[in-house]
Amino acid sequence: MSNIKNGKGVIGWIDYRLPIFSTLQHTLIDYPTPRNLNYWWNFGSLAGIFLMIQIITGIVLAMHYTPSVEGAFASIEHIMRDVNYGWLIRYIHMNGASFFFIVVYIHIFRGLYYGSYKSPREVLWWLGLIILLLMMATAFMGYVLPWGQMSFWGATVITNLFSAVPVVGTAVVEWLWGGFAVDNALLNRFFALHYLFPFLIVGVVILHIVALHTHGSNNPLGIDRKGPQDSIPFHPYYTIKDLFGLSFVLTIFAAVVFYAPDFLGHPDNYIPADPLKTPAHIVPEWYFLPFYAILRAVPDKLGGVIAMISAILILFALPWLDTSKVRSATFRPIYKKFFWFLFIDVIILTWVGGSPAEGHFILIGQLATIYYFAHFIIFMPIIGIIETPKPLPNSISESVLNKPIKDGT
Amino acid sequence: MKNNPTDEKKTRRDFIHITSGVTVATGIAAAGWPLIDQMNPSADVLALATVEVDLEPLQPGQSISVLWRGKPLFIRYRTEEEISKANDIDLNALKDPQPDEDRAKNSKYLVMIGVCTHLGCVPLGQEGEYGGWFCPCHGSHYDTSGRIRKGPAPTNLEIPPYVFLDETTIKIG
Repeated sequence: MSNIKNGKGVIGWIDYRLPIFSTLQHTLIDYPTPRNLNYWWNFGSLAGIFLMIQIITGIVLAMHYTPSVEGAFASIEHIMRDVNYGWLIRYIHMNGASFFFIVVYIHIFRGLYYGSYKSPREVLWWLGLIILLLMMATAFMGYVLPWGQMSFWGATVITNLFSAVPVVGTAVVEWLWGGFAVDNALLNRFFALHYLFPFLIVGVVILHIVALHTHGSNNPLGIDRKGPQDSIPFHPYYTIKDLFGLSFVLTIFAAVVFYAPDFLGHPDNYIPADPLKTPAHIVPEWYFLPFYAILRAVPDKLGGVIAMISAILILFALPWLDTSKVRSATFRPIYKKFFWFLFIDVIILTWVGGSPAEGHFILIGQLATIYYFAHFIIFMPIIGIIETPKPLPNSISESVLNKPIKDGT
Repeated sequence: MKNNPTDEKKTRRDFIHITSGVTVATGIAAAGWPLIDQMNPSADVLALATVEVDLEPLQPGQSISVLWRGKPLFIRYRTEEEISKANDIDLNALKDPQPDEDRAKNSKYLVMIGVCTHLGCVPLGQEGEYGGWFCPCHGSHYDTSGRIRKGPAPTNLEIPPYVFLDETTIKIG
């Protein structure tokens, strides 16, 4: 490794001309990391790994897939039945999307709990939200490609959201469709964009990591590092911790892929698309359910669309809606409770989003939607002002070393 | 202005900047338009815009669905009861007021685009609280004239442009 710096050897020769090896060394090996990160900090690297899994399996699937309304459904069945290990690769891709969302949602809640969006990490937080929006678009377009009933009607309902835009709505929707209904033109462009977007995500992920490494990782105490005694190098300490966590997550992932591969999907999507018949109960994939519940909670078409989009856009303003200077909820007794209220509220929205819009579900959905926005617009600013935080530790190293010694460090 | 040399200099330099900026912006817009417009409906999609339907075999109370420009069309030979139900209401109570005679050229035959005006699902016929159509996706109820009566849909089911070629043949589009 010393060859990198002194310009000797092949690696040193290349690095002198293109500093790729020294950049990797700084990013993945030397990168000074707070010494007190817990397992909630594993989910960033897990998200990166699932992005890679999706890209690799996706490229393979594209080699066997036919993007046309006549051929799409049959080519998926061809992958499932005839292509060598096609069933495995497709099941990994399908469930990989769900796991990507699981780890990203945990990653986001981690950020909410420990105040990772606060100064100086606002841009880092925004880049993460942009990744989330790109992921949602990618997942939605990918779900359309098998051209089953849920693909077709999901595409119809979601693209019709744009028809709520005043004046130009219909023109925008026909432009998206390339016709007067969801048809071949839409399937083709969704395939092209579904292939493109993951690489846009990779680009934003690189920016996300650059922004992260500019001020370093936040940590469970939420206090800044005071000196070298508060940090340890990323390798081997966190590479091994990330790999250890990964082994657990991949075990669960493999169990789902092999034993319950269709658990998170809808049986209706194994019926070929029929433009004359809408399935009785249309629901999006589970990772869209909270937002779908918010869409349906507003009894007005345009209002529902605005509420759904605002549910994500409001997160961009979070660094300013949270008036507290203390990052970690560990030292914020009131906010800590409200964090868990928000978590429960999102679970309720998920449940309502997956239930039919009738009876008491309508009222529950509306109350949960109001609470969601109230959390960010009313409670967060007020709590930051009225709350008295617990005393913060002087430094990370002091906090770590004063603990009773459990692990021999 | 002329008394101040810096102002004059700034203005002349600004002119060059603005004109070149406008030229570049116009060029980018002109080059970008084909890339945007290619996504609009293509010539072959636009060419498939009319369809002729023979209504002879329809009996009162029967409906057919026809695919027109990729969307389902509902054509229903309405019963006397349905027609009187469609006329016998207070128009002011409607969300999207429209008398039945504006919606059916021949009051026997109701021709509509079978796409819910909320988010594009296909409503089910002869269901819902008003005996017309009911959309299962988000619960919009339409009456026997296809007018929105209850639920999130903002407008009535759309009527396509059509003409009667003779007593029982219509041309849509």
